[in-house]
Amino acid sequence: MTVGAPLLRLTNVSKTYVGTNALLNISLDVEAGKVLCLLGDNGAGKSTLIKILSGVHAPTAGTIEVNGEPVRFSSPRDASAYGIATVHQFGGTFPLMSVGRSFFVGAEPTKRWGPLRRFDKKLASEIAIREMQSLGITGVTDGRRLVGSLSGGERQALAIARGVYFGASVLILDEPTAALGVKEATHVLRIIMQARQKGIAVVFVTHNVLHAISVGDHFAVLIRGEKADDFRKGERTREQVTDLMAGGEAMAALEAELAEMQAQAHHDTT
Amino acid sequence: MTRRPEVGALIGTLGVFVFFAIFGGAEFLSSAGAASWLNVAAELGIIAVPVGLLMIAGELDLSVGSVLAASSMTLAIVSGHWGGPMILGILLALTIGVATGLVNGLIVTRTNVPSFVVTLATLAALAGLTLGLSRVITGTTSVGLKPDPTSKALFGTLISGQFEVAILWWIAVAGCVAWMLQETRYGNWIFAVGGDKESARATGIPTNKVKIALYVGSGFGAALVGVIQTILYNGAQVANGQSFVFNSIIAVVIGGVLLTGGYGSVIGVILGTLTFAIVNQGIYYTGWNSDWASLILGILLLVAVLMNNTFRRLALSSGPRSQRKA
Repeated sequence: MTVGAPLLRLTNVSKTYVGTNALLNISLDVEAGKVLCLLGDNGAGKSTLIKILSGVHAPTAGTIEVNGEPVRFSSPRDASAYGIATVHQFGGTFPLMSVGRSFFVGAEPTKRWGPLRRFDKKLASEIAIREMQSLGITGVTDGRRLVGSLSGGERQALAIARGVYFGASVLILDEPTAALGVKEATHVLRIIMQARQKGIAVVFVTHNVLHAISVGDHFAVLIRGEKADDFRKGERTREQVTDLMAGGEAMAALEAELAEMQAQAHHDTT
Repeated sequence: MTRRPEVGALIGTLGVFVFFAIFGGAEFLSSAGAASWLNVAAELGIIAVPVGLLMIAGELDLSVGSVLAASSMTLAIVSGHWGGPMILGILLALTIGVATGLVNGLIVTRTNVPSFVVTLATLAALAGLTLGLSRVITGTTSVGLKPDPTSKALFGTLISGQFEVAILWWIAVAGCVAWMLQETRYGNWIFAVGGDKESARATGIPTNKVKIALYVGSGFGAALVGVIQTILYNGAQVANGQSFVFNSIIAVVIGGVLLTGGYGSVIGVILGTLTFAIVNQGIYYTGWNSDWASLILGILLLVAVLMNNTFRRLALSSGPRSQRKA
């Protein structure tokens, strides 16, 4: 481990899919105890970047370093071995499994030995409920409930709790607030701050500028696969970021067009 | 309670039992009546339990019909036609099941061709292979066998003259599989593989090995029924077993297993199998034309699936709504 090196560093990472550039020369530092917000419109390359960070795809060019050491992820398992946990948009992906069972998929606690060795479902449920409660989710008290019966925010919390419990040092959250109501989104933002306080590096992927600005320490804006801007908390206003994301020129053109249409409508009625 | 996948199946089993108890009368309720549907249930159940496990993991196995025929013929030819030792015939018959399962599992996991197509292909291919080899070796499609007393007692005897010993095999198979599914981590892997294969793999579960093992299990179950039938009826026919292909799926689906995987239980599959067997045999006790049995089964299958969907929806909304604050 190199002292002072960020937890996760991307240097000039590019990803090409048969001829098209999905990502071009992305450089990012992900620091412990900080929230990095990845902003971008649909199709800006956020998903591709998540896939590279979580080990689903290997980059075409560029390097990834964990604690200063260059790494190559050949599978999501590799990435999680380095402490990188990814939580997808809808949280738990096993809606028909119980909370306790899904929390420990692939890492089931067991008791007894030999042929009587069994999956300790009671312990699994207790831990899952306890970990969710530590993130402020008190509405779930029975670990036998099916994941699909939880609310969107509860599912996010379950997935985040899982990542934290299994020792994630980097937590990648893919649009965790996109499908949620205002109240639930607020709760998820609070959970992000809790994870940050525990010293976890959070990569918060979103297209909601308000959510990003309220929790982020560091921001990167992606446009058509390139990093269009990179700034720290307080260096940009919300309007500036929104304009940039929407592509300032495109927005200006749209506004002009709308003004013209309104004038036309006004003209027609008189 | 409503969270369990077998709630609908239990209602179904009780429903058809009461129905035939009323219309089938005392004869249906007699021990001979019970034996008739328990025997059918046992043979089907030994196949339906591992097939159900496979369906929870999100895959189908249609090849069980031909595995049953191939293992039956193998036993009858080796130990009957050639006069080899019984134990050799039985072991070879079971090996056929394991080998077919291995082939199914390897093709499904290596090629990503839907398992419906892969096992449909092995169903056809193995049926052809069995028929062809049987004719080449014996010149007929039906071979007799004189089992020794030990084999007869183990696989093909009738307890108190009515109940097939297969019922005990069924209980043993179901007990082991239920333990594995509910109480071990392998069971959790099976649910995870059927729920979301990619996420399961990302957590480190060897998804391909899980599937291959489950195909070996269903092949073994079908071959075991082949051995049981051959010893019980003192011989084998090439056409044996084809009815098990869809009957096993019917039993599993009535039992509350989700066709797309990730949800189900062994108790549900047992109940689905009993429901199937009760309808299949109960019709004879009503005095009605048995032609109607299939119609009842078809309707029952639809009703069961609708009912299971309802119970699954209930299970997915069983959270206390007042506490949803997060």
